[in-house]
Amino acid sequence: MIRDFGRIVQLGMKSLLLHKLRSSLTTAGILFGVASVIAMLAVGEGASQAALEQFRDMGVTNVLVRSVKPEETQQSSSSMWSVLDYGLTYAEADRIERLLPRATVVRVREVQRGVMRGEAFRVTVVVGTEPSFLLASNMKVAEGRWLTDLDMLNQENVCVLGHKLAKLLFPLDNPIDQTILAGTDDRFRVVGVLQGQGRAAGPSGITYDECVFVPMTSSRRRFGDTIRNLSTNRFELTELHEIKVHLAGSDEVENAAMVLREMLLPMHKVRGDTEITVPLELLQQEEASKRRFNLVLAVIASISLLVGGIGIMNVMLATVTERTREIGIRRALGAKKKHIVQQFLVEAGVLSALGGAVGVALGMIVPKVITEVFEEKTVVLPQHVLLAFCISAAVGVVFGLYPAWRAANMDPVEALRHE
Amino acid sequence: MDRSDRPVIAEFVDVHRHYRMGDNVVRALNGVSVQIRKGDYLAIMGRSGSGKSTMLNILGCLDRPTSGAYMVGGRDVARLDDDALSEVRGREIGFIFQSFNLIPQLTVLENLEVPLFYQGRVGPESRRKAEYLADRVGLGKRLEHKPLELSGGQQQRVAIARALMNDPLFLLADEATGNLDSNTEKEILDLFDDLRRDEVTIVIVTHNQKVADRADRTLWLKDGQVERFDVNRPAEVAP
Repeated sequence: MIRDFGRIVQLGMKSLLLHKLRSSLTTAGILFGVASVIAMLAVGEGASQAALEQFRDMGVTNVLVRSVKPEETQQSSSSMWSVLDYGLTYAEADRIERLLPRATVVRVREVQRGVMRGEAFRVTVVVGTEPSFLLASNMKVAEGRWLTDLDMLNQENVCVLGHKLAKLLFPLDNPIDQTILAGTDDRFRVVGVLQGQGRAAGPSGITYDECVFVPMTSSRRRFGDTIRNLSTNRFELTELHEIKVHLAGSDEVENAAMVLREMLLPMHKVRGDTEITVPLELLQQEEASKRRFNLVLAVIASISLLVGGIGIMNVMLATVTERTREIGIRRALGAKKKHIVQQFLVEAGVLSALGGAVGVALGMIVPKVITEVFEEKTVVLPQHVLLAFCISAAVGVVFGLYPAWRAANMDPVEALRHE
Repeated sequence: MDRSDRPVIAEFVDVHRHYRMGDNVVRALNGVSVQIRKGDYLAIMGRSGSGKSTMLNILGCLDRPTSGAYMVGGRDVARLDDDALSEVRGREIGFIFQSFNLIPQLTVLENLEVPLFYQGRVGPESRRKAEYLADRVGLGKRLEHKPLELSGGQQQRVAIARALMNDPLFLLADEATGNLDSNTEKEILDLFDDLRRDEVTIVIVTHNQKVADRADRTLWLKDGQVERFDVNRPAEVAP
């Protein structure tokens, strides 16, 4: 049985090789269909995984409230020296703490400064925050220690470095107990280094790996609440840049988000200077949009494979007509209808499976190229590859069915007479 | 051994074959009865339109009688369905065609194996048999050639070997020498004589008197009926 099937496949290949160009063009139809399906799925999966990771890093049990610099109006930009006053306040953080007693509220201040140690220099963000930041951002200490309540109380000039920044400032030696200079005259003693997180979202488009962390109180005392923005050269008064509200479980997120929206919206609605981000909601939205995307993809994939299938049917019909005589001979030599169906189905199947196989190979290369060229994350899932291949093989069988049926139902006498 | 002592392997019993052509009914065969016995060498002659082709198609189980019975190997093929008919073709009949009808993309060996393939009998055994028969028709060294690399006579030899692969009840040749020059024709007819000595039953449909003369008996068809039988050679010549 298996040997016979092997033989049918082998004979099918022989027949296909009679028309190399025609066979390869037909195969190409399926090939590009399969390759594009795999590539599209890989790009989609990559984008969605990247988004999911990002939202997960924000913390699915967090609600993030950020200060947003409002659109500058004519009035406010009239003077270079006027102070732009916006965003969250300490009082609001305290109110949130009272409204959500079970939540951990983490205050975050972000001050842009050039950080220097010896020859090494880097403009980065000095994050002033509280000890609970570590838990809320799901980060870990690699060396030394994290900020403590005592640091807060004493307004200590100590700092903890992000993984990348530590590497940059201290490429060779141990940073612990060394001193760095932030801005022109603020010195901080390094007490710890965080573990690298890689992709974690941080403030102003850089990751927390590149930041330096200092006690909230020290940040306030050292830099003050009115800070000169280095890029716009304007003074801005912002007490808090972010409040991370860390909840005990994801089931509390919805309620907390509602409370925060109701509390903050009335105060900040007019200027639109705050923004509430709920990673869990984003995560759910992303999952929903992924489902939609997959649906769209399925439609596109079926269209492209349909086109390939029509190509196969076209070629198989031509083949059947061309080989009418051969069909007659085979019938005269004892072939049953099912044998003829088998023969042409196998040929159609081989065409599409071949296209599928090469398509799989191409489909696995294309995402790599996309990753290289566009720096877009792509993920090829084995089940997607399997799916694409199976569909291509099925297309061959489905679209080969009618030509094969036509071949089998020819009158042997007529077929033998065919020139 | 007298002819009448040999078993009947195929028999037409009052076979009619009518075609409908628009409003007309064409009576291609109109009550033909004939017996083919083992070891027969029968030629079927007639002008075009005499019903030769129809008779060939029915003899070869490619077509079924409209009425009457056609018994092959003890079965009435008029009552068989398409699958069973294919089975009878594959097991009991060895076709030889005017234009050889080898499958061009297959080698000689593969062509020889086609009849057995449809009975699921391809293996080392079938290969040995193909080699033996190729040798017998004088093509032992050409097994790996493609048909188009062979001359017409050689192709027809392959076709004859192919017809013998399934040990058929009889060989059914349709103008087997019609596409060959006279020298090659003679070679093929000599091969038939040779086969006949081995008790192979041969039915040859032709309009060529020279070919028909080599057979033991000739059946003349006219207007779908048997006109007469000529006995060219005493039947007991058969071994």
